[in-house]
Amino acid sequence: MAELTCREAVAAAIAQEMRRDPSVVFLGEDIGAAGGVFKTTVGLFEEFGPERVRDTPISEQAIIGAAMGAAMTGLRPIAELMFSDFFAVCWDLVANEIAKSRYMTNGQVFFPLVIRSANGGGARFGAQHSQAIENWAMMIPGLKVVAPSNPADIVGLLAASIRDPDPVVFFEQKSLYGTRGPVPDGEHVDTLGTARMVREGADATIVALAAMVPRAVEAADRLADEGISCQVIDLRTLVPLDTRTILSAVSDTGRLFTVEENPRLCGWGAEISSIVSEECFYDLDGPIVRITTPHIPLPSADNLEDLALPSVERIAETVRVNLG
Amino acid sequence: MATEATARPDLANDDIGEEARLALWRSQLEIRHVEQRAHDLFLQNLVKGTVHLSLGQEAVAAGFAVAMEEGDYTFCTYRGHAHTLARGASMSGVLGELMGRECGLLAGKGGSMHLTSVEHGAMGSYAIIGAHLPIAMGAAWSAQYRGTSQVSVCFFGDGTTNIGAFHEALNMAQIWKLPVIFVCENNLYMEYTPIGDVTAVEHPAADRASAYGMESIIVDGNDADAVYRVAQTAYAKARSGGGPSLIEAKTYRQCGHSRADPGAYRPDAEVEEWLARDPIPAYRRRLLDFGFAESAVDGIEAAVLAAVDAATDAARASPPPPPEILETEVYADGGAAWRN
Ligand SMILES: Cc1ncc(C[n+]2csc(CCOP(=O)(O)OP(=O)(O)O)c2C)c(N)n1
Ligand SMILES: [Mg+2]
Repeated sequence: MAELTCREAVAAAIAQEMRRDPSVVFLGEDIGAAGGVFKTTVGLFEEFGPERVRDTPISEQAIIGAAMGAAMTGLRPIAELMFSDFFAVCWDLVANEIAKSRYMTNGQVFFPLVIRSANGGGARFGAQHSQAIENWAMMIPGLKVVAPSNPADIVGLLAASIRDPDPVVFFEQKSLYGTRGPVPDGEHVDTLGTARMVREGADATIVALAAMVPRAVEAADRLADEGISCQVIDLRTLVPLDTRTILSAVSDTGRLFTVEENPRLCGWGAEISSIVSEECFYDLDGPIVRITTPHIPLPSADNLEDLALPSVERIAETVRVNLG
Repeated sequence: MATEATARPDLANDDIGEEARLALWRSQLEIRHVEQRAHDLFLQNLVKGTVHLSLGQEAVAAGFAVAMEEGDYTFCTYRGHAHTLARGASMSGVLGELMGRECGLLAGKGGSMHLTSVEHGAMGSYAIIGAHLPIAMGAAWSAQYRGTSQVSVCFFGDGTTNIGAFHEALNMAQIWKLPVIFVCENNLYMEYTPIGDVTAVEHPAADRASAYGMESIIVDGNDADAVYRVAQTAYAKARSGGGPSLIEAKTYRQCGHSRADPGAYRPDAEVEEWLARDPIPAYRRRLLDFGFAESAVDGIEAAVLAAVDAATDAARASPPPPPEILETEVYADGGAAWRN
């Protein structure tokens, strides 16, 4: 197995898919010769050329619109939005056009496209370049939503997203880009809609996503030293949502904690909490607890941003207090 | 005598030709009569929601569609019945969709503002201003990448030239030399506001063309022949790798913006002037001038009316969509499942 960083995993997945399928094309700002502002696309321009790896103007509506038009006429485009905050300037194309047109036309069109974007905080970029917006995408019928936490999942789930016949919004957590991890050799394709139990435990279930996964695992490790045994589930995909894995885990432990990077209101944890309380209420031994960023725009100073995002300490303390 | 003979248009030396002329005539009539029927059905409360008619603007849709080739893509707006019909979508499919019937083009899931018939190249009607310009540009990118000779044609209104997506799409189309034609149907009004009151330049599309390295083209949108010719030139340019065109067709909607709008803000003299330039009687006169037999010309109209009647009957006889389709076709597997 090769060791890759998350940023190398992005380029590896795109290259893997572009090699096997000539209908895969890629467009975005500074993705070509420059290799991407996060250096996630290094080498693609050199290997696949300017026809398939297209640098665009600063035109997010045109980027996403072009991907949509290309997807409905036979290509499999990957569009990059440099920062996920920029979804706000092309949200019409994402939420009104791409997500709804299949339904509105009763299935006459489909959109095998991927919109990938650097998402989330931790880089001191301030409130307009740090948001975790998975829940924006999750609430729109017609989209699939993926947010991996490690290099192997980036390769496998990005490959699966590119092959998927539906539009996939693929979030790459920018504070994880430098994280290293093993990636299976050869072609690697994973399955959307599957969560993964990344740590076993008996007393509580912690469900986390993307950058919150390593933090939840570390918190669980600390709690284990104190005699509290926690499972950690890496959700990996918000749509389709692997409720089976969550419900069976909660039935076993009787307690559920969600760790969400997004601000409090309408985060994905609220939906999971609602599903669990409707469908396995009598297996619960205590309230479901959501650990989130407060309902604020994200600040930039080191100490304030660290205070805002769910930390290992806050996750461990919340579990400790609630199980105590 | 001799002068009279030369003054009369000569079909033998006509650049448009007999077949295309009759196709232009038929297409304009189909649009006119289906839309008038839609209006009548609305008044009978059989068409629900809203409808945005193209009465008076038929020559634009007909001119571009008749000059098109099979496989070309049409992208249009909520004012899209005309363009969808012009590509050959069935009248009963259009009327049925407006009436919320199973036989509708979209089985009742989309309604008047989203008519689509992919099998005819009608790639959708888009109801958020500006959205479909980048989408049409993307379809052109796909055609270019796949190495086909397909052209993507995008119809929109004068008001649409003031939204950002218009500018993003034109710029990208030009830098990538894409086979896309942007057609602005300048009907002088955005919704209820005269376009001149809200636009920095006199010609909302044509005066912006130079900013994107495009030629400034204005055509009489009430003259199907003029539209057909300008379309042919733009198609040839697109197919030969010459890149995008922006065409401003000056026209007028004879009705209000939508069914909710009586159009009272329009000066009487303006309405009268444009009614006198109604494209349909003008085209009939031209055909007769060319020597087409009156019986043949009017026979086409009678046939179109009969087809509209039959389509109306079919749509009225069609049941409402089955409840089972409520949660289908959200995702490509045909369903709506977002969880396991
Ligand atoms: C983004 C957006 N803003 C506003 C509207 C409401 N709206 C619908 S049609 C219309 C007028 C559009 O004018 P124009 O582009 O000239 O087209 P026309 O209706 O004249 O064909 C407006 C403002 C909309 N649908 N989308
Ligand atoms: Mg207008």
